[in-house]
Amino acid sequence: MTMWDMIVLWIGGAMTLMIFSFLYKDNPFYKFAEHLFVGVSAAFWMVKAIQTTMIPNMWAAIWPKSVTGILHAAQHTEPNYVRLIPLGLGLLLLSRLMPRIAWLSRWAMAVLIGFTSGTYLVRYLQSDFIAQIRSTLIPLVVVTPQGLDVIQSLLNCVLVFGVLCALMYFFFSLEHRGVVGGISRAGIWVLMVAFGASFGYTVMARISLLIGRIDYLGEWLQSFGKIL
Amino acid sequence: MKKRVPLIIIFCVGTLFVLAIFLPFPPFPAMEGEVSVWFDILKGFAFVLGGGNLIRVTADKIRKGHPDRFYLWVTLVGFFGMLVVGLLQLGGPIAPGGDFTTEGLWFRRIYDGIFAPCMAAIFSTLAFFVSSAAYRAFRAKNREATILLIAAFVILLGRTPLGNSLTAWLPDFLNFLKIPWLFEKILMYPNTAGQRAILIGIALGIISNSLRLILGVERSYLGGERS
Amino acid sequence: MNILKNFLLQLDRRIIYAAIALAVTIPLVLHFAVPLKPSPIVQSLFDALEALPPKSKVILSFDYGPSTLPENDPMAFAFARHLLTRNHRIYMMALWATGARNLDHTIEQVIEKEFPGKVYGVDYVKLGYKAGDEGLINTLFKDFKGMYTTDGHGTNINDIPMMKDITTLEDFDMILNVGSGRPGTKEWIQYAGDRGNIPIGGAVTAVEALLLYPYYPRQLKGLLGGLQGAAEYETALISKYPQFGTTGRQAQVYMGPQAVAHCVILLLVILGNVSYFLGRRRK
Repeated sequence: MTMWDMIVLWIGGAMTLMIFSFLYKDNPFYKFAEHLFVGVSAAFWMVKAIQTTMIPNMWAAIWPKSVTGILHAAQHTEPNYVRLIPLGLGLLLLSRLMPRIAWLSRWAMAVLIGFTSGTYLVRYLQSDFIAQIRSTLIPLVVVTPQGLDVIQSLLNCVLVFGVLCALMYFFFSLEHRGVVGGISRAGIWVLMVAFGASFGYTVMARISLLIGRIDYLGEWLQSFGKIL
Repeated sequence: MKKRVPLIIIFCVGTLFVLAIFLPFPPFPAMEGEVSVWFDILKGFAFVLGGGNLIRVTADKIRKGHPDRFYLWVTLVGFFGMLVVGLLQLGGPIAPGGDFTTEGLWFRRIYDGIFAPCMAAIFSTLAFFVSSAAYRAFRAKNREATILLIAAFVILLGRTPLGNSLTAWLPDFLNFLKIPWLFEKILMYPNTAGQRAILIGIALGIISNSLRLILGVERSYLGGERS
Repeated sequence: MNILKNFLLQLDRRIIYAAIALAVTIPLVLHFAVPLKPSPIVQSLFDALEALPPKSKVILSFDYGPSTLPENDPMAFAFARHLLTRNHRIYMMALWATGARNLDHTIEQVIEKEFPGKVYGVDYVKLGYKAGDEGLINTLFKDFKGMYTTDGHGTNINDIPMMKDITTLEDFDMILNVGSGRPGTKEWIQYAGDRGNIPIGGAVTAVEALLLYPYYPRQLKGLLGGLQGAAEYETALISKYPQFGTTGRQAQVYMGPQAVAHCVILLLVILGNVSYFLGRRRK
């Protein structure tokens, strides 16, 4: 471990403790770490977007010679002036920072919304609607070479009727009374099981993150031992 | 200009991506590919917009004498520090590929020393809050809450050796009462049923909203008003 | 009885916090281990990778940040070990900006240390991060090199041997996503798997895992859910390839504290309900 690695580890340990101090109550150490994190993270995303996408895919495509020796993208030997369009749209997006001409950003937003609407329409239809219905069309009575598989049949019924009942709960064009009300109530139970399982898994996830942080603090403490 | 142009753009771009699925011959695939790149580049601009907005809002608060202005300065110093260090690739060779690996790169040090530990620590505090919530709010108040509680209990118990040993003594024909079996089947069947119903519901909502946007029926993004 | 009632009703949140902190720390220090068996959904993904012919082209997408490292890193490590042991070619990329650092971490910690014979550009390549989220997948589906004009080091993509026969996403034999949210496994299924009939494998945080069950087994080859899923995959990997018995147990080491913390939370749920019913009776 180099000296710089050690310094980075110490700062990281101190930052972790500053954030954890919020568990006792809000305090200046926590506020300091929180505000520093906000600033650093905003710049992080910005730098990464510029370096990984805007320079190689836009700048280098329009003005390939300007990145010679820095970015070895020989593919863009001929300028691709079509990329001036996203550059122009991008500048329009930034007009949002100037209230007088902020309305121009709508043109760029329209491209983003148009892309999202067009792709979502098709992708959700295929993956989350048609494919899900297809996956629900399973046999309710399962017969194996050994005979009727009662447990598997019951489980398949839970899946098929569970989906139907839960969908009925989300169907608001009919009043939830009588038979419809009963089906919708069964739907709530199915959803409750799903939410219960989600809660269990959420607990599991959060504990995992804490384990990771405590392990990191252990490493941080050990670094003091190395110095002493 | 202010409203009609965005509507036309959305219609053209949205229709292009729908048509590209059904008409997989030139020029549609190439057009789809190129407009997708524009989208990726515009997403990059969105990060720049986010940074610009942070400066504007923070500077505004400082100018108005916000009581937390010391911390707001910390935000600005953190932002500009990371921005300069990242864009100029201080401490390492210039490589606009966004390479992290170079030893000595200050961008990497700030990431490892400040960004990553803060982010991880903020998320890990949720372990404490979720535990407190489990004690204070997770109660069998009615039938629905009891079902939710039982499901969560089985899931949590199923992940411990205690859960396995509690029901390990049961004979094989009562396998369906064993915690590991229940754990697995809850996830695979009622959970899948519930999640699938939610998924189908969301898909229907997204499909209809996408159509409304492409056809110009939904216009709230233009300033709040609907047609 | 009254003392217990009052204690439970007025229990300070900081006592709960301390209990959780101790439940995690003590087993971590004592290296308390828990026996594991791969569940069918994990084994299914392991088997899918085993079934791929050698030299298959597999995308390993790092779509997570530092907040979920303890869950996601072991998954990425296990996939890297498995793929390289089976002599597959790994194309490492990220839909998340923060994923790029985790990608480097996998190269430094696993590939360079445990597979020194593997050659960059021939056995694995670092493509890195690109902005665009699901838009990026959409672009790659049509023109892979149109977006990835260079690798993560800035080298021309056409100078990398293992990129020679890649033009679109459909040229890949499998896509493995290690993720913790959006964009992640769901977007890979929607924009690549279902569209191009490309097999998708998911390895996600526990929070995300249950939302993906409806896609299994038709649209998703298998799924690692949280630390547990990662530990189960490690078990499957070690039982088939015992050489990873000492190096490949990152998730298993964490499962001891996880189990103890679960017991404490279960106890808290029970105590919470006892206090609720005692309080109700008092009213």
